[in-house]
Amino acid sequence: MRPGDIVAVALDAKETYVAEFASAEADLPSPSWLRGIRRSAIERFEAVGFPTQRHEEWRFTNLAPLLRVPFKPAIIGGPDGVVAEKLEPFAFGILKTSRLVFVNGRYAPRLSYLRSLPEGVRIASLAEVLRQEPGTLEKYLARFARFQDDPFVALNTAFFVDGAFVDVPKNTVVDEPIHLVFVSTARDVPTIAYPRNLIRLGAGSQATVIETYAGWAPEVTFTNAVTEVVSAPASVLDHYKIQRESEAAFHIATMAVEQDRNSSVTCHSMSFGGALVRNYVHTLFRGEGGSVGLNGLFMPSGIQQSDHYTRIDHAAPACTSLELYRGILGGKSRGVFNGNIYVRKDAQKTVARQVNKNLLLSKEAFVDSTPGLEILADDVKCSHASTIGQLDENAVFYLRSRGIDEENARHILTYAFASDVVNQVKVAPIRIKLDQLILSRLPKGADVGETL
Amino acid sequence: MLEIKNLQVKVAGKEILKGIDLSIGSGEVHAVMGPNGSGKTTLAQVLAGRLAYEVTGGTARFQGKDLLAMKPEDRAREGVFMAFQYPVEIPGVSNAYFLKAALNAIRKYRGLEEIDAMDFMGLVQDKAKLLGLDETFMKRGLNEGFSGGEKKKNEVFQMAVLEPKFCILDETDSGLDIDALRLVANGVNTMRGPNRAMLVVTHYQRLLDYVIPDFVHVLVDGRIVKSGDADLARNLEKHGYGWIVEEAPKPQPARA
Ligand SMILES: Nc1ncnc2c1ncn2[C@@H]1O[C@H](COP(=O)(O)OP(=O)(O)O)[C@@H](O)[C@H]1O
Ligand SMILES: [Mg+2]
Repeated sequence: MRPGDIVAVALDAKETYVAEFASAEADLPSPSWLRGIRRSAIERFEAVGFPTQRHEEWRFTNLAPLLRVPFKPAIIGGPDGVVAEKLEPFAFGILKTSRLVFVNGRYAPRLSYLRSLPEGVRIASLAEVLRQEPGTLEKYLARFARFQDDPFVALNTAFFVDGAFVDVPKNTVVDEPIHLVFVSTARDVPTIAYPRNLIRLGAGSQATVIETYAGWAPEVTFTNAVTEVVSAPASVLDHYKIQRESEAAFHIATMAVEQDRNSSVTCHSMSFGGALVRNYVHTLFRGEGGSVGLNGLFMPSGIQQSDHYTRIDHAAPACTSLELYRGILGGKSRGVFNGNIYVRKDAQKTVARQVNKNLLLSKEAFVDSTPGLEILADDVKCSHASTIGQLDENAVFYLRSRGIDEENARHILTYAFASDVVNQVKVAPIRIKLDQLILSRLPKGADVGETL
Repeated sequence: MLEIKNLQVKVAGKEILKGIDLSIGSGEVHAVMGPNGSGKTTLAQVLAGRLAYEVTGGTARFQGKDLLAMKPEDRAREGVFMAFQYPVEIPGVSNAYFLKAALNAIRKYRGLEEIDAMDFMGLVQDKAKLLGLDETFMKRGLNEGFSGGEKKKNEVFQMAVLEPKFCILDETDSGLDIDALRLVANGVNTMRGPNRAMLVVTHYQRLLDYVIPDFVHVLVDGRIVKSGDADLARNLEKHGYGWIVEEAPKPQPARA
């Protein structure tokens, strides 16, 4: 395709989305303060439009296939044939969780349940909160994920209907994980959804939140998701994002995290599904002594594309970040890791480590790895490393020489490659589930599982 | 048990083994000694099935079967085991997992049931004790961060668990202190028996002080130039390889 064509496609698509906003606006849940934000967002989007590969950040990502599809918001209401049994594969074995389910971006109360929660903890539909207590979210919503910087965040901000609001009051520990399930369906026409989540942790509180994105082939869906996290001092959040949509799905998601003093956040991002997936994780230290862990695994095969952009903003002193991302790419898949660690001038005593390793399982797979450190402070400990390689044939031979057949040897080594990231997962049932997902992505992976 | 005839091997286009003849019977321990670069590891690896080593001539029959036609995993399942000169580190695969997978692959091939976790742990504990390996080592990544000595012990440990019929030890003594050498030699000696054969490849006499070979062969420049009994190894220790290289017959002109 010539560059001119993609520009035309991007322009057409832009006009469609802008026109769509005019007709949808009246039906969106919008207290007056939000109405203004939505307007600014769509105006911003109109001004910048969709990125093309001429944009540095989108160099490896061709959006034309996404922009050509005329997505429609799913017909209002109804779980669209999604019943509880269909969601069972997305649970975590024996793990007990509260669960909120959203189908095509809308809350599905009949598929959702809350277990008993400590006093004051809220897990609710964002739309309901906006309707019932219009002022509650004003201080937080759309304050962290900047629509000014990203056209997809702008679209989400303009269009979102619903999502989860998780609010943990100060000094409260929520033991059981909170599972947010975002289901995409498209039985007739390609559908689009804009899940929007806000997670607020009070001072000294602790919680585990899992976001699962689910869908089934061959349905063509587009999920444009934004999650905002506000962590008060000394709070602890363990966050998981597990991307398991259909291999025909488009998925673009932003996670924006703002951390106060001594807070700790871990963002696990595990991407398996999707035709085109792009995750952007942006964390900001506002107070000293915080720590963040970004722990990612992406495993595209076939013709999937899986892109991961991260930015850790050390805006305060004495914070620690550890970023581990691993890509395992098969078939003709493509992937991007782009990590940016930004250490501001006053952020002395920063410790930052970033490691991205990629394993190419086929000659036709491609990955671009761009680690990045930008350091303006002088008293810091920072490092980054990036590798791209194939399976070590010496290791393959070593396993075979002990009686393990070649295919299994390759699977075992592939699985082992992911182990660094999987081992960061502290919740055992989630770790077991991830193991299963990784193995299920390997041809004949079940055999490896048996011997495990 | 193993019958090697006129084995010729190329590595990266270079002729390394230039016609090896070696016959190893059940119950026998053969040592192959030779200076660095003479082709000892090449011989060990080619018998284990390393693809990078290209067989350009000759045969190797193991218990009557064409060894060279078999995949490496099938050789292992038939009972061939090579202790690597340089064992590979594989983080993310625990020693326990690896060894259980290997043992079960071999058992399956032989029509045996997979070993259950309890029996496996029992088996492994006994053998680990024999080699002075502590409990935690089974949970660690395969050879991950192991010292040279630990890696060599692990090779012999694997050999003890998998109970092969034919054991190839490639410089298993190198990198071992005297205590470790005794443990390893003891591990090897307990495996000697009428139904098992061994090929001990080494540059030095050291290991052969403990594992007394029935036959010693000297490999120089891809050829076995002298064979004898354990005394030959002692002579080599005293006088080095020089005299043998002098004495060795000049290479035959290449075959047509
Ligand atoms: N993979 C390889 N590529 C190129 N040359 C090799 C390779 N492996 C071994 N060689 C060469 O083959 C010869 C014999 O090596 P090797 O069998 O390792 O000897 P030894 O074990 O007796 O020290 C040496 O000259 C070595 O450089
Ligand atoms: Mg050698």
